[in-house]
Amino acid sequence: MNGLAFDVAHLLAGGLVLVSFLLLYQDRMYALLNVYALHAFVLALSVAWQADVQDAPHLFVTAAIALIFKAIAIPTVLRRIVRRLGIHREIETVGGVGPTMLAGMALVGLSMVVMLKVTAGADPLAREDLAFALSVVLLGLLMMVTRRNAVSQVVGFMSLENGLILAATGAKGMPLVVEISVAFSILIAFIVIGIFLFRIRERFDTVDVHALDRFRGERQ
Amino acid sequence: MSGVLYDPEILILLIPLVSAGLLAVLPGYRATATLNVAATFATLAAAASLFFVERPAPGSYLLVDDLNIVFIALNTFVAFTTSIFSASYIAHEIEIGRLTPTYLRFYHAMYQLLMFAMNLALLSNNIGVMWVAIELATLTTVLMVGIYRTHEALEAAWKYFILGSVGIALALFGTILIYLASGPVVGEGLDAMVWTVLVKHSADFDAPLLNVAFVFLLLGYGTKVGLAPLHAWLPDAHAEGPTPISAVLSGLLLNVALYAVLRFKILLAGNPDALAPGPLMVTMGLASLVFAGFMLYRRRDIKRLFAYSSIEHMGIIVFAFGMGGPLANFAGLLHMVMHSLTKSGIFFAVGHIAQVKGTQKIAEIRGLTVSHPALGWALVLGVVAIAGLPPLGIFVSEFLVVTSTFAREPLLAIVLVLGLLVAFGALFLRLNEVAFGEPVGSTAPVAASYLPMYVHFGLVLAAGLYLPPLLAAWFQHVSKLLG
Repeated sequence: MNGLAFDVAHLLAGGLVLVSFLLLYQDRMYALLNVYALHAFVLALSVAWQADVQDAPHLFVTAAIALIFKAIAIPTVLRRIVRRLGIHREIETVGGVGPTMLAGMALVGLSMVVMLKVTAGADPLAREDLAFALSVVLLGLLMMVTRRNAVSQVVGFMSLENGLILAATGAKGMPLVVEISVAFSILIAFIVIGIFLFRIRERFDTVDVHALDRFRGERQ
Repeated sequence: MSGVLYDPEILILLIPLVSAGLLAVLPGYRATATLNVAATFATLAAAASLFFVERPAPGSYLLVDDLNIVFIALNTFVAFTTSIFSASYIAHEIEIGRLTPTYLRFYHAMYQLLMFAMNLALLSNNIGVMWVAIELATLTTVLMVGIYRTHEALEAAWKYFILGSVGIALALFGTILIYLASGPVVGEGLDAMVWTVLVKHSADFDAPLLNVAFVFLLLGYGTKVGLAPLHAWLPDAHAEGPTPISAVLSGLLLNVALYAVLRFKILLAGNPDALAPGPLMVTMGLASLVFAGFMLYRRRDIKRLFAYSSIEHMGIIVFAFGMGGPLANFAGLLHMVMHSLTKSGIFFAVGHIAQVKGTQKIAEIRGLTVSHPALGWALVLGVVAIAGLPPLGIFVSEFLVVTSTFAREPLLAIVLVLGLLVAFGALFLRLNEVAFGEPVGSTAPVAASYLPMYVHFGLVLAAGLYLPPLLAAWFQHVSKLLG
């Protein structure tokens, strides 16, 4: 692995973690979706770079999916949904921005410590990639728990999936099965979400998950 | 394959997939419900033939061995009986207008798709394919849980979807780590994800990487098993979806996720430097058991009650497999089979009850043994079975779990017995309210057939009285494989 290839891969993976942080503190729906598009774009660059470095042309397909489907199509559709539902202003977060960011930093620290220690024997690029990927996954989880709004939880989940793809492409020579399956599952997951949003819209005036909580079976 | 034209593996996957396609387009509930039953029966027949024909050699994607054949047989059997129950259940739902013909088509297609996904997960010899299959199973059940589109159903489905996806995501991360651990030993490419190859070489894998991978896999698939503290989706999903789906969730889907955990446990056991998976599983199992035991007291919804009971029993099973050793594994396997049969049988009973009474609230269901003797006493028998009283099958397996634990870890056994007693008390408290006393609510007779329910309870009773030596020998053999 020559110096430049390593540095660029490192830069892009690190960039993904940085964009994950940006996602954490967005408090406007459109801004959130824009940052998510950026997240997917950085992922596409990172995957494409890996495809080039590893000489694995099939990874370009994954990169293309990330670019076309996740960076362009999904944000567009979500923007439309947000506009139709009229929820472009409100993003309720649980806890303030400060504590959330601190928690995020702690999670990144944790994943660095854990992954770098256990992968001491592995290929250095895969190692660092994995540490970054775990950070993105954990930040995605954090975002899912700190948001009450269904759309922003979904964005959190999708950023988490981006972290998984980063990990999968960083693992050299991982069979195509998995890449296709990951892309495929995101597609399915998105259809499901679409149906859900549609159904929730059908029944509720809001897609705030908190509002759903009131109807819990046992609180009546 | 030695030139055989008949390959049961392919049939087990192809039948549900083709029928899912057919059921999605065919109209009319009578015909489609019959087709649904026929399809699950054909799948069951194909699965049964696995015992008789020569097993195909493990390929890169599919595998039949002594471990998964037990799961497949159980899976296809309960799928078949549930489809019979489902036919009468759905007829009632159509009658009262809770389901429209369009949703019914969707329901049947999803049912078969779920069967396909579960069978694929059980048959897969590739950890990537297994992950995809479990993800597909999650998505189909999410859609079915939300099918009534009430506030509660949507909330349950949403919660299930979010928690299930997080679990699935963690499991994928674990799967990637397993690949990274196996890559340097097995070589890059497809082989590094093939289960049979992994097991052969697991002793040479990088132990720390394997440890972290297992933690992710246990948390990920453990979410699907419904282990505390990752169980939050389970009671809602059981309570709000159609009852046949509750039966399939408890009886089958939890087992499929457990199967995935067991596969990776075997992988870890093959590596001398890796951490012992036992203590982690024992802790999560006991926590689920005790937690669910106490939670049972506060249930007011009958389906929720039995959903918590499923958490309790999955806790016992995971505990038994975590203890390990031939005896505890044997008990775990037996308990899993008995729990699947009993719990799906109970859900059949609960489905009939909820339909005839028009409610799932325990407070509005009273005196079933008076108003509906056949149904009421069947429920009593089911609860006696699930609470672990002799002479039914669950008593045998619980007894084995407890005695084998007392011999090795008396302290853990005390916690285990405490959990069992707490759950026992709660179940009988609720059973007393539901089954005895003055009848409340509708006393109209139930139109549906009780046959699937009786078959399940009959099998559990038979296994408690007499476990055929052939079956016992088979289980013993499998428990040795589990280490």
